[in-house]
Formats: sequence, structure tokens, C-alpha cells
Amino acid sequence: MKRGEIGLGLEDSGYSGMVFERLSSLHIDIGDLISIERNGNEFTGLLMPRSQIGSDENHIVIKLENGYNIGVCIDERCIIGKKKSSTKRRRKPPVVRDVNPNLPTVSIISTGGTIASRVDYRTGAVNPALTAQDLYDSVPELEDYANVHAKVLMSVLSENITPSDCTKLVKKVASEIRRGVDGVIIAHGTDTMGYTAAALSFALSNLPVPVALVGSQRSSDRPSSDSALNLIGATKIVGKADIAEVMVVMHGETDDSFLYAHRGTRVRKFHSSRRDAFQSVNDYPLLRINDRGIEEISEPLLRRNAERIVKVKPKFEEKVALVKTYPGMRSTVVETLLDDEYKGLVIEGTGLGHAPDILRPVLKKAIESEVIVVMTTQCINGRVDMNVYRTGVQLLDLGVIPCDDMLAETALVKLMWLLANTKDNREVRTLMVTPLAGEIGMRSEYSQYHISSRKR
Amino acid sequence: MSDESWYEHIGLMVGLELHQQLDTERKLFCHCPTVIREDEPQGRFIRRLRPTKSEMGEVDPAALFEFKKKKKFCYEYYNDTTCLVEGDEEPPHDICEEAIDISLTLANLLHSRPVDEIHPMRKIVIDGSNTTGFQRTAIVALGGQVNVGGKDIHIQTIAIEEDAARKIADDERNNMRVYRLDRLGIPLIEIATAPDIRSPHEAQEVALAIGMLLRATGKVKRGLGTIRQDVNVSINGGSITEIKGLQQLDMVAKVVEYEATRQENLLMIRDELRGKGITPSDIAMDIHDVSDLFVHTKSKVIKRALSTGGAVYGVKLSGFSGLLGREIQPDRRLGTELSDYAKFWGGVGGIFHTDELPNYGITKDEVEKLYGFFDAEKDDAIVVVAAHSDRCIAALEAVVRRAKESLIGVPAETRTPLPEGQTKYARPRPGAQRMYPETDVRPVKITAQRLKMIKKHMPEPLEERRKRFVREHGLSKDLAAQIVRSHFLNLYESVTEKLDINPTIVATTFLNTVVSLNREGIPVETIGDMQFERVFSSVAENKISADAIPEMISYLAQNPSATVDDVINATGLARMKQSDLQEIVKGVVSERIDYIRENGERAIGGIMGVVMNKVRGRAEGKTVKALVTSEVNKVIDGGLQQ
Repeated sequence: MKRGEIGLGLEDSGYSGMVFERLSSLHIDIGDLISIERNGNEFTGLLMPRSQIGSDENHIVIKLENGYNIGVCIDERCIIGKKKSSTKRRRKPPVVRDVNPNLPTVSIISTGGTIASRVDYRTGAVNPALTAQDLYDSVPELEDYANVHAKVLMSVLSENITPSDCTKLVKKVASEIRRGVDGVIIAHGTDTMGYTAAALSFALSNLPVPVALVGSQRSSDRPSSDSALNLIGATKIVGKADIAEVMVVMHGETDDSFLYAHRGTRVRKFHSSRRDAFQSVNDYPLLRINDRGIEEISEPLLRRNAERIVKVKPKFEEKVALVKTYPGMRSTVVETLLDDEYKGLVIEGTGLGHAPDILRPVLKKAIESEVIVVMTTQCINGRVDMNVYRTGVQLLDLGVIPCDDMLAETALVKLMWLLANTKDNREVRTLMVTPLAGEIGMRSEYSQYHISSRKR
Repeated sequence: MSDESWYEHIGLMVGLELHQQLDTERKLFCHCPTVIREDEPQGRFIRRLRPTKSEMGEVDPAALFEFKKKKKFCYEYYNDTTCLVEGDEEPPHDICEEAIDISLTLANLLHSRPVDEIHPMRKIVIDGSNTTGFQRTAIVALGGQVNVGGKDIHIQTIAIEEDAARKIADDERNNMRVYRLDRLGIPLIEIATAPDIRSPHEAQEVALAIGMLLRATGKVKRGLGTIRQDVNVSINGGSITEIKGLQQLDMVAKVVEYEATRQENLLMIRDELRGKGITPSDIAMDIHDVSDLFVHTKSKVIKRALSTGGAVYGVKLSGFSGLLGREIQPDRRLGTELSDYAKFWGGVGGIFHTDELPNYGITKDEVEKLYGFFDAEKDDAIVVVAAHSDRCIAALEAVVRRAKESLIGVPAETRTPLPEGQTKYARPRPGAQRMYPETDVRPVKITAQRLKMIKKHMPEPLEERRKRFVREHGLSKDLAAQIVRSHFLNLYESVTEKLDINPTIVATTFLNTVVSLNREGIPVETIGDMQFERVFSSVAENKISADAIPEMISYLAQNPSATVDDVINATGLARMKQSDLQEIVKGVVSERIDYIRENGERAIGGIMGVVMNKVRGRAEGKTVKALVTSEVNKVIDGGLQQ
């Protein structure tokens, strides 16, 4: 839920200018019953926040008795009056729950977005469910699968997550694992969930238990939200599946039927809005989960083993860029990055791993000044092979590193991580092409690629 | 006492909510066309809905109940006329401006005040009819009135909202309901009147009057299911009953009358129970397994239940003997109301109650055993259910709850209309609408400039149109008066505007031909506007004769996928060539020379009849008559010459 989260103060309710002045001079607050008289018509309703897009300075939004909101245009002649102050509702005190010794213990770390929420139909506010109690209230089925610990680590929209946020998250997950939980769930906005999944995959190695990132494509305030099914599925997986990897757990198709758990280094968001937006690239998902149980599709890299000690390398180099080439591209795009002392450059080239000739001089300059330059493909599916055409060979000769079938986003994260956690560039170059967390595969299989067709 | 004063005496109050589909280019929140389809869907998907937690902890009990039953919803879609928005896989697009304009036009006709800014809301509905779990709805105008029979009926609100998905089937075996996405998102205008209506007849008149205003905009859909109304009925001491989704306007009076009767009868039953000294505590949730009493039963229902692992459960309702069999609406008894609850909450097929026993294979002996088992008096009734035990218990718990309500009076319910005008229980009446803002769609400002444009382009009033049809189209006064009141008004206008065709032919087709075919049971509802237009253009282009229209329409109605050309080929209704017609006339005349000589010009009528029978609509009477007259005259003249 990106919008509509409101506080009850007038200051952050979206009103400004003349309307704000008049409301505050009358000591009117959000939720108060007010009346507005205009041209002989009276409108009565609860004052609502004006936090929606397209708002201006001269409308007041009120909720009528029948539950509908309307906007009333305000001018100097309008008479505004306060009829009744809002009644604040008291929340129930949380119920203390007994730990069920037969169930696994699962930590749910929230980074922002709302995997669960509650709606205040009085004001229209959608408030995130943050505590374990809130989660149990919103998704009561969780009680059947795990003893849940809920933590709010940060409250960031996923497009704003930075490498240092990732570092914080890695440390938090590690500390939860060290506490001996059976699995960790991270509630994450879907936009950059693939990047964070890759970051965790590299920064947390030798995992004893699974870590699952989970999100929702339909906000959790709506009855059709995918969030509950995703959260329940992730809870079942991290609680009992015999796997110890970082995964993304989301809908497998538009139906509320099954979920896939994708390997954190192989997953990408492929659709801006569909529930089944996440797909594995150049690989298969790891698990498929539905009402009947969990099915293993691919062999995991590690099985669950509580004795194993997690290794943590949480740092990331921020000065790494992902550059997509395109017809007519100028070399200044890259030069600017060099001027800014970037240390790594992931090129999302065309086809088998090509870039316009015009970039060659600046890439040469970059590599000579110890910037690591790696190549991925903007085709998304398939492998780079820079030996086939002369352009590729020339780039190879300059020292551009081909990333095989690694996702561009994963290559970016991996390079950020390597630059922050290795001794020298030679080691970076070697490790970049060495599979560390399932991010590279040497065989491309037929069924890994899908073609859309129109069913008739 | 006259009907009107009787209804005044019992304090009848009625409010209407009319929902009319708009005939817009696109849906309210996406760019799909507003078409309903009967061909095989191109795909389907299955979803579930979960009641969202409210700050107030309120959850719609019926919704919660369905969720707990793990109800699944299957949605059928078409690639070319539905999209991800209907499937709740893409955020809604901006509101359809055309729908707003139509609503503003209607607001003008009803003297309502448009709001300054339209705010789309989400109204929680989790019966699966909306993929999102809510219906998007927005108020466009407030207040206003419509004058019906000299009385002002006040309008409360004019709203636009998205129509729901169309229910196709209930797949009980898989605990799944099937919906089709074609209807979801078609713009609906909702007009809610104040509870100003005081008699069934008035309710009907108000519905018709608003219906006519809607058609006057020229922008509404026609046909079954395109207009639906909710009727809210209460009487003194009763409750507001919300009868939802009535599709025939001409049933409004009957539905209101039956509901008033129902509430009166329920109040009478309440008074009788109270008179007997029955209190709510006398009606206990004392539900027992009575399977043992039915081991040797002849009742097929009970035998089947027992042989498939089920049981028989019963409960005593103190003081209800004779009342369960009491009719409260034609053919519906208090027992039927209890049974509706049992079906809804217990998912059972129905109940048995002692007011209707012995019957259905249950013997007098078994009834006596039941009375013995429950230690019941003659004045008590016993209700029995046969099914799986958890269902039996849920069903009887609902029966007891409903029986307790009988002591209070009329339960506040949402009810579904039945074909004859009675109603059955649908679900408890939801409390305050659970609404919150649709944050994915921008609010829309209604500018003064826009309102000016709307005022400038108001549709021609029906009265003006009636006069114009007489003046310019040459319709009779009677036909003109009928067509302006007809569902076909818009189609009549577009056909007569587009095509070079005699307007009287078009009007009589809609007002007489279609009506009489409908009476004969021919499903004329299936014929779309396009098909009608093609029939008329075939007439205009001289492909068929006007006399062939009834047969064309009848064929199209029974073969909805046929094109007009198919029909012409299949029925041989193509207009005959003049020379072929002449051949036929000559043949008929030559076979009847003697008859003509005997009867002279009087023979023309008889010969006409024979020829018309042979050409069956492939030629117009006028043409045939001219040919027959000329041929007959030749024979007469020839005779004279001889």
C-alpha cells in the first residue's frame, strides 16, 4: 500500500493553502463531523484526508452518512462549521499467546509495504499490520503453521531501498538465524524484491535454514489480495521445507492455486501488475506449493541443517552502475560514471553481449583505470557469448567480463558485493564468473523459455 | 377501506434503487467494450476472497461464513473483450468520461445537484461477483426529485458504479461459483429515491417514470438484465427489507404488495406467539440426533442421508404448532422461511416440520415418536433435518435463530425476488456500507464549463419527440405515443435516422411484431440492436419485403448466431424478381380462368390470397395486388372480347 496511509493530524492530511487555513482556524481535525454551506446547499460529513493524487487547494473531501466521499469546492462565501469532534477508538489490548511446541518458529521481518493491513472504514485509512498480533488477526491461518515473531526493520518503499538498507537487512536476518529460528520471512515491496533476493543470496552463505522474501501485487487491504496466500505459503516453506536457500515466494499463476519459490539469484519481476509477475530466468523454480503440499522442482544447493553456521558478509559497494545500451547511445553516459569514480559497470548489452563501437574507447579507459566491466544481455533470456561476432571479441579483448546466463540485476548486485568483500580486482574477476549462489548455469534447457500465445 | 388507505394504515414506506446499464463505448474503469457474450469463454481462472479486517473488527457475517466454507470463485474470460482490469490483475484506468456525462445529463433531468468532485469508493462485496472483492462506486449528484402522478418523489443520490460479473453456475460439488467477466465493469447508473413511495402502484409508476427518463438520454442499454432494481420495503412495526436485483419493472407493484403482506403476517405471528406467552428463552438451541427414530423409515430423503453416513437431527420450537404452516406470501409459509435459513447456513436441501407431517414418507408413528423424544406438547412444532451431522447442526442453529426472530417481528434481511413476485432469504442485511476510497483512480472535478455543455446538449424531451414523430415521420398519434415510451425508442431513432425506410414499418415492428412474437414464446430478447438494424437495412435496400420482417425476426431469435444473410438464404425470404413474380401470378390466374369469369373483379381477393401464400413474404402485397389486378382484368377483358 503506497498511498492512503494517513495520520490523523490535519498537517499531514494533504490540505494546503486557504482550505488548510480555514480548517485549522476552526480547530477542525480529520474525522470531525463538519458542515459546509455553499450557495444555499448544506453538506454534512466527516472530514477526510486529501491525500490522493490530483489534489488541489480548494476542495474539501467529506464522508457522507451513507459512506460515500465527495469533494466540495470551497470559496470565501462558504460557511464551514464543526459539528462534532471525532471519536478516537481504543485498540484491543494484545492477547498473549502460548508458544505451540509442535510448530516451527518463524521470524517475519518487515521492510515496508504492507503484507497485511487493516482498513478503518470510518476514515478510509489503510494501516499496516505490524505486530505478530496484527498478523495473526489479519491472517489467522498463520497460527496453524508457525509460531511467528514479527519485527519491523524499516518502512521503505522498495524502489527506495539502498545497498546500505540491504546491509542492515542482511545483519538482521543473520541475527534471527543465530537465535535459532526455523526460517526467516522478509516482507518486501515487489518492485526491487529480485535485487534484494540476490543481495541476501550472496551476503548470507552456508545457511542452516531457508529465507523467503514475500510480497503482494494486490494491496493487502482488498479481499482479493494475493498477500495472505503468499505469506501463508512462505510460512509453510520456511517452517518445514528441506531447503536452506534465499527464495522469492509468490503466485505461480493468476489463480489463487499455487505458489513458486524461486532461487534468489535467478528471479525477476516480469509484469508490472499481475500476481504471477515473478519468474525464474534461465532456470526452473525450486519449489511449488499448493493446498496439498510442497513439491520440489529443482535440487536445492543446500538442505536444511540447524548445525550449520551462517557466514555473513553484509557490505555492498554503492558505486556500481547498470547501463543498458541502445541505438544512438553516446559514450558520455559512461564517461559521467567514470568522472564520478564508479568502481564497477554492468553492461546490459544487446543480443549475445554487444555494445555500440562508439563505447569502446571509454570502456577501454575504464578497464585501464581498474573499473570492473561485465557484460549481460538485455534479451533477459539466454546466455552471452562474445566470441561469435567481432564486436564481442573486441570487447573481450578490452577485458570486458562475460557473465554467461546471469541476470543483469543479479550481476549488478554480485559486483556490488564482490567489490565490497574482496581483496583485489583479480579476485573480483575470478569470482564474477564463478557460481556462488546458483546464479550461473552452464546448460540452457528448452523448457526454461516461454512464448506468449493467444488462446482461441 | 381502499387499497391506498390500507397501505397508509399499515405505514407502508418504499424506496427504490434503480440500476441501469449505460451504453458506453468502454467500461467504467477499463477500455474494454461493454458486450455480453454467450459463446464459449477463452479461458478461466480460480480465486478466493478473504474478508478484510476492519479497525472496528466488523466482518460481514455472511461473507465470513462463505470464506470459512472455503468457497472458490471461477472467472471466465475472453481475450478480445475482457482484460486484466476485470481480472483484478491491472489497476483500474481513469473513469469513463462518457459515463460521467450521461449521469450529469440525468442529474439535470432529475434536478439533482452534481458534486464538485467525484470520489470513487470501494464498497466491500465478497460474494465473488467482483474479482477485487469490492465494487467501485461514486456519487455524481445529490438530491432532486421526479414528479409522478402530481407528487414529488425525492431523489437521494445519483451514483455511477461498475456492474458485477455475471453468475453462470453454482458448482456445489467443487464448492465453487462460476462467474463470467463480460458484464463486470459495464457502467451502471444508480438512482436512489427517498422512501417517499406509499403504495405498490406508486412504486411501479415511479420505476416506470425513472426508466423513461433514463431512456430519454439515448445512452442506456436495452433488454433483460440491463435494468435492475432494489426495492426497500417497510411497514409500521416491521423492518426494512431490501429486495435486490429485480429485473422486470412491471413486477415492482406485485413485489411491494407481497412484501407488505409478508411483514403484516409476520407481525401477526409474533403477536400470536406472544399471546401464547412464548418468550425467546422458550426457544432453545436444544438440537438432538434423532437418527434412531428413523431406522426403518420410508422417507427417501432420510434413508439416503442415513445410508451415506449422515444423520437426522431435530429441534423443538415451543408454541409454533400451526404457525409454521401459516402462509405469509402466496405459496410460502413461515416454514419456508425457516427452510431458507437452513439451506443458506447449513447447506442442506431443506427441512421437515411437523405442520406438514405426516407426509413425504414420514409416518404418523414417527411423528409421535418425535413428540415423545422432545417431550413436546401439542402446541409445539418440531423441525427435522437429514444430512451430514455438521450440516444438520448448522442448519438447525439457523432455524432456531430465525424462530427467535419471529418473536421480535420482521428480521432485517436482503431478499431475492422470485418469478411470481414473492421473495426468499438471500442474506442478513449488511450494516453500514463498508466503504473506503479507491486510491488507484483520480478524483474527477466537475467544472462549471462541463455542466454548461451538458445543459446545452440535453436530449430532446419525450413529449417533443412524440410530436416530431407525428409531424416528420408520419407516425399515427397512437404509434408515436407508444414508441416514446418503448425500450426501443433509441433503436427506432437510430434506424429511422440512418436508413431510408418508412418509420411506420419500424415502429410497428417494435410495438406489434416483437411484442406478439414474444407472447408466442419466441425469445426476441436475444436479438441485438445490430441485428435489428440489418433487418431494416435489408428492407431499405429492397433485399426483402417489409412483409418478411416477422418471419426474419422469429428466425433470428431462434438462431442467435445467424446473420441476416443466413436468414435470407435459409428461409428463402429474399425479395422475388419482378419477372418471377409475374410468372407465379400468371400461373395462378391461368389455373382459375373459370372462377374469374364467374366472379369478375371480385375474384381478385381470392387470387391475391393464393398468390400471397405462394410468395410468403418475398414480395409486397401492394406489388402483388397490382399484378393480380392486371392479370385478372386481362382474363375478364379477354372473355369480353371472346
